Amino acid sequence: MTGRNFLLNLEHISLSFKGVKAVTDISFGVRESEICALIGPNGAGKSSLLNIINGVYQPDKGSITFDGKTRQAMKPHHAAEQGIARTFQNIALFKGMSVLDNVLTGRNLKVKSNWIEQLFNLGRAPGDAVFQRKKAEEIIEFLSIQAWRNSIVGNLPYGLQKRVELARALAAEPTLLLLDEPMAGMNNDEKYEMSRFILDTQREFGTTIVLIEHDISVVMSLAQHVVVLDYGKKNRRRHTR
Amino acid sequence: MNFFFEVLLGGLLAGLMYSLVAIGFVLIYKASGVFNFAQGSMVLFSALTFVSLLERGIAFWFAFGITLLIMLLLAWVIERFVLRKLVNRPPITLFMATLGLSYIIEGLAQLFWGAQVHGLELGINDEPFEFLGILLSQFDLFAAAVAGTLVLLLSLLFDKTRTGIALRAVADDQLAALAVGIKLQKLWFIVWAVAGFVGLVAGLLWGARLGVQFSLSLIVLKALPVLIIGGFTSVGGAIAGGLIIGASEKLAEVFIGPYIGGGIENWFPYALAMLFLLVRPAGIFGERAIERV
Repeated sequence: MTGRNFLLNLEHISLSFKGVKAVTDISFGVRESEICALIGPNGAGKSSLLNIINGVYQPDKGSITFDGKTRQAMKPHHAAEQGIARTFQNIALFKGMSVLDNVLTGRNLKVKSNWIEQLFNLGRAPGDAVFQRKKAEEIIEFLSIQAWRNSIVGNLPYGLQKRVELARALAAEPTLLLLDEPMAGMNNDEKYEMSRFILDTQREFGTTIVLIEHDISVVMSLAQHVVVLDYGKKNRRRHTR
Repeated sequence: MNFFFEVLLGGLLAGLMYSLVAIGFVLIYKASGVFNFAQGSMVLFSALTFVSLLERGIAFWFAFGITLLIMLLLAWVIERFVLRKLVNRPPITLFMATLGLSYIIEGLAQLFWGAQVHGLELGINDEPFEFLGILLSQFDLFAAAVAGTLVLLLSLLFDKTRTGIALRAVADDQLAALAVGIKLQKLWFIVWAVAGFVGLVAGLLWGARLGVQFSLSLIVLKALPVLIIGGFTSVGGAIAGGLIIGASEKLAEVFIGPYIGGGIENWFPYALAMLFLLVRPAGIFGERAIERV
């Protein structure tokens, strides 16, 4: 594992909200194709850190290097353009839309045809539509959610919604995948299944994954690299396997 | 019997005029989950701009083009300086912003073009003609054709294109939409620009009918029952809602009115809308809210 380059490097990142320190002087690197887990108690700043990587928050101090480029202030859609996809702690799916449509929105940035072509079904539009659909179907099959393809997402049970959210993130073919508590509120079987999907993602697509998880046994079985946060400070870094 | 059909058809056609206004609301509601109170002002502003240009001797289509450009500019300014700052805020904040915008736009209209009432002649004969023994208004038929064409275009635009899915995604969850790389700003500009265009068309037709005057912005209130019945999220629903309101208010006026003293037309749509709220709060075609408890 150690031979690989760092895909993501955070140096001396600090962030505070109106004087309350969320993250203080955090530095760590994530290597290509590894699974890195952020652990720590509630309020330790794990989600804030994910939001910084994703461009939702701007750090007060410190620098972030992603894919060889040290970044300036950025917006979430810039992060998406650079190949960073994510899921949210409280599922943020498009609840009124079908599973397939949700996954298709994940392919938003991969669409080649423009709206005029789509409107009249000309030029690149027909081929593009077929291609996007095919890619979406591949992801749906990969995560075994074919049976719910046309179900409205808001009607699905919680565990499945989590899986659909992962599908939407994977549809973007990300180089870096951020998972905020992908197994929160799941029973053991569901956790096992989700772990398998995360490992499969890493193996199949070589995706680098940063995840937040509380269940320490899950963390130990998944992550090659664990970063421990304690009230905004980094405590320890350990390679598990 | 002929009389009944005459009232019914007249009502249906008049209803499409309401639909035309309602469509503008649907577009913005679809993209931001907000009732755009400024839609009425946009209708007024575009009609007033158009008629003022026309009165200064500018040719019809040229004036139309210039007005359209001004509406695009307005959409850009609104997105850039108001909406962009309000991403991820609760809908009530956005609603208050549109309320403010509505008065600013009205003020601007008055500032640029004054407060007089203007007559607007679109060159369409408003003489009724007879068809199968029923009297119909040519103007109403023309308005209906325009509304139909607009709906067809808009539903193609929003159902056939990725923009359509992106729109629904944004209305559902802005943060998640940003995370999958949807450009909210561009999308908001597009819907406000299209809503401006729809407002212009509605403004011309309503302006030709009632004269271009400040009360034109009050058709916002007439669009409300249409939206409640048709659903806030469906262009087709806006048409159906308009037809139902138009037909029922005219029929009520003519057939129930004499018994309880007339003037029903003004409040009947609202009573109907309230009934709908009790029975089917999402409207006929609206997306039903799905909630897990």
